[in-house]
Amino acid sequence: MSHTTTQVRRAAAPLVLFLAVLALAGTLAGCGGDGKGGHTVTLVTHDSFAVSRPVLREFTRRTGYKVRVLRGGDAGSAVNQAVLNKDHPQGDVFFGVDNTLLSRPVDKGVFAPYRAKGLARVPARLRDGTEGHKVTPVDTGQICVNYDRAYFARKHLGPPRTLADLAKPRYRNLLVTENAATSSPGLGFLLASVDAYGSHWRTYWKKLRANGVETVDGWEQAYNDRFSGSRGGKGKGDRPLVVSYASSPPVEVQGEKPAPAKAPTGVVRDTCFQQTEYAGLLAGAENRRGGEALLDFLLSRRFQEDMPLQMFVDPVREDAKRPKLFTRYGEEAEHPATMPARTIARHREQWIRSWTSLIGR
Amino acid sequence: MDVADREIAGPGPGAEDAAGPYGAEGARSSDPAGLRGAGRRRAALRLSLMAPPAVFFALFFGWPVAAIVARGLRPGGRWQPARIGEVLSDPYVLHVLWFTVWQAAASTALTLLLGLPGAYVFARFDFPGRELLRAVVTVPFVLPTVVVGSAFLGLLGPGGVLDEWWGLRTGGGVWPILLAHLFLNYAVVVRTVGGFWSQLDPRQEEAARTLGASRAAAWRRVTLPALAPSVGAAALMVFLFTFTSFGVVQVLRGPRQSTLEVEIYRRTAALLDLPTAAVLTLLQFAAVTALLAVHAWTLRRRSGTLGLVPPEQTARRPRGRGEWALLWGVLAFLALLVLVPLAVLVERSLDTPHGYGLAFYRALGSASADASFAVAPLDAVGNSFAYAGVATLLALLIGGLAAAALTAGRGAGGVSGTLVRGFDALLMLPLGTSAVTVGFGFLIALDEPPLDLRSSWLLVPLAQALVGVPFVVRTLLPALRAVDVRLREAAAVLGASPWRAWRSVDLPLVRRAVLVSAGFAFAVSLGEFGATVFIARPDAPTLPVAVARLLGRAGPANYGQAMAMSTILMLVCVAALLALERIRTDRSGEF
Repeated sequence: MSHTTTQVRRAAAPLVLFLAVLALAGTLAGCGGDGKGGHTVTLVTHDSFAVSRPVLREFTRRTGYKVRVLRGGDAGSAVNQAVLNKDHPQGDVFFGVDNTLLSRPVDKGVFAPYRAKGLARVPARLRDGTEGHKVTPVDTGQICVNYDRAYFARKHLGPPRTLADLAKPRYRNLLVTENAATSSPGLGFLLASVDAYGSHWRTYWKKLRANGVETVDGWEQAYNDRFSGSRGGKGKGDRPLVVSYASSPPVEVQGEKPAPAKAPTGVVRDTCFQQTEYAGLLAGAENRRGGEALLDFLLSRRFQEDMPLQMFVDPVREDAKRPKLFTRYGEEAEHPATMPARTIARHREQWIRSWTSLIGR
Repeated sequence: MDVADREIAGPGPGAEDAAGPYGAEGARSSDPAGLRGAGRRRAALRLSLMAPPAVFFALFFGWPVAAIVARGLRPGGRWQPARIGEVLSDPYVLHVLWFTVWQAAASTALTLLLGLPGAYVFARFDFPGRELLRAVVTVPFVLPTVVVGSAFLGLLGPGGVLDEWWGLRTGGGVWPILLAHLFLNYAVVVRTVGGFWSQLDPRQEEAARTLGASRAAAWRRVTLPALAPSVGAAALMVFLFTFTSFGVVQVLRGPRQSTLEVEIYRRTAALLDLPTAAVLTLLQFAAVTALLAVHAWTLRRRSGTLGLVPPEQTARRPRGRGEWALLWGVLAFLALLVLVPLAVLVERSLDTPHGYGLAFYRALGSASADASFAVAPLDAVGNSFAYAGVATLLALLIGGLAAAALTAGRGAGGVSGTLVRGFDALLMLPLGTSAVTVGFGFLIALDEPPLDLRSSWLLVPLAQALVGVPFVVRTLLPALRAVDVRLREAAAVLGASPWRAWRSVDLPLVRRAVLVSAGFAFAVSLGEFGATVFIARPDAPTLPVAVARLLGRAGPANYGQAMAMSTILMLVCVAALLALERIRTDRSGEF
């Protein structure tokens, strides 16, 4: 019997070896990835985040922290990744959740509370939904339908003026919008229609669908590839109407010499929806203090005045100057559609599901 | 010990499981005590060999699948099987199901239609360069699906070659997807049907004709019935691959084109609707299991009693104008199908706004225009190689032990025979159930104690290894089975320990198979997309994930960089395949 036991023990060698390898790998995995020390602060954000280099350098000079930027796809995907990585965040600060998606990460406990310096300078209407300081408003803007002036002049057709116009036969097959499930302008446009039509918004979207609205996954695709009025698309786009921002026309004239009298694109003001973007300290952040410093910085005048020409959004600080480009070419609605944070939180998933079944993307 | 005792209490050495000529070696010993000792040792060895792969599969496959079931059908801790009905009543989900089945059926029909002439030509005709061409046909099959998607996007998509040169726009039609599937699966038909066809004795058909049957009648009544099972098997395989196609559809899909796989990913990454994703995964799981069962059934039926002859005897030079035309037609089609998309991919990667050049490749190396971009796209190459290397080691370890357990089990019948067969089937599951299931399962199962790997880099190699293990097992098994047990016994008689005997007898004999399986596992891990996309962290993307991310953004720079990166990935995979073809001079492997 003892002979057999020895044999069995020897035969068990592969198992022991395997367990040893597994244990070793586990140890390695535990050690890995923590190379970055306390002098880096990691900002998790979406693909559209941009900041000018001198401004970042100034942050490093002032606080001693270097900023590492991690971009995780478009706004919707980046938010979802933050939710899926709750308690094991990929960085210290998350920037880029807007009022349309805000409750999704906040309710899941993605953020830790912190009251950023300078918050008193942000008007109260932009602080809706930030009770408890889980997030800090950073920028704002309007999501609006843009039109290609040249196209409508060529066709001797007046551009649409209202949401209802978009469903009319004379604007058939002209509008491209973004997926409401994956893109924040897409969702903002959906919310604008809900605000306007109430419980009948599905009927409106059925009309839009019948009128040939096209849906793509992200803003870049819609604006740069499909919109005929965008400079980036070199006029190759096939749709003269696009869901974009009130600040898109100024972008089109940026750097043009001589400066034109009018931007080549215009804004359909009746379609605008107010959007605010927030940043928050990620719960379980490795570098909490660095994160707090970064949040303060995002609200500082230096960053707030750099931001408009980097990301083409408006600052939230009252005392931050808007660039001349915006004041000259920007067209904003005076009373854009808005929706209380609580209403959005309560109905958003239902609306998105319903919209997805209707439009199917 | 308990288990080992029960093992040998079975009816003794019956050689039914995959035994081969050496199955009954236990019976040669006439001394009952020695017999029992040897049996006990073998059983213990087999169990200890089987244990690590079993543990690995339980942890990294069984547990995630259980988590998916819990997420989908037991939200909030209560069983709600009605969730399936709820999800299925969503018209969009029904549309996705319909599209999934429809595109798979259409792709299968197209692949069979165009693949069968190829199978015939490779089976029956002898022409210069046949072996080389056979290898070329296989290239698309090992290419990562994202690369294939990019190539067809560059050919047929907006801003692609056809669009730019001739103004042809396919406009979100289904054709790019179908053609990409044809490209990927052509080899399956040529190799599965062609391999069988080449062993079919042509004299049977000739005899029928001598007896007065017309050419058509002889084909219909003799060749076709003999061929039908292998055509069926190939069709099922293509259907399975296209039914679970992810990378291609993700890259090429137009509006309202979504397959189950894509929908599972979308529900997770874009909508954060995990319960629905879980239900869809279960649907997928059920459909694939059913398909695999049908496949196994046809395989059993295929081993009929046909007069098979060595392939060398059936191939001959083409005769007559018709046969030459067929040969040339197939060759021209091959050039069009295989070479054009790959050439287009290279062309697109070089076609910069300022004429042809390497600008996109250079852009990959430097972090993007604004310096805050933390990860240069080229870093993905390093990540991919590191992940694939670790995944290959893991797959070799697990797959090697599993294959050793399957062969060490020779000679045991009854209960343990069933056990071994079940184990064998278990090993194949991840291959069949689709990578998206693996990735989604990892995402929702391995994120809490005791197994919290969410922040570990090991997660990606583990998933890739899981997908690679079936390849390793399928490659190693035939080689291990071919090792003469008597050599090992002789070593044991001469005093070698089992470990020593394995090292000096088995290892040298199977070294080549180990290399080939390592190459396979490496190529599979490198191109793996479905599982990796769920779990790769944004600061450490792999090549396919980086390609998909670049394609997801708009603008010529991102597009060009995606094409450049796809080209790099394609070249690496082709190099790996060529290296494999050099090693693999014999046609071993059970594919």
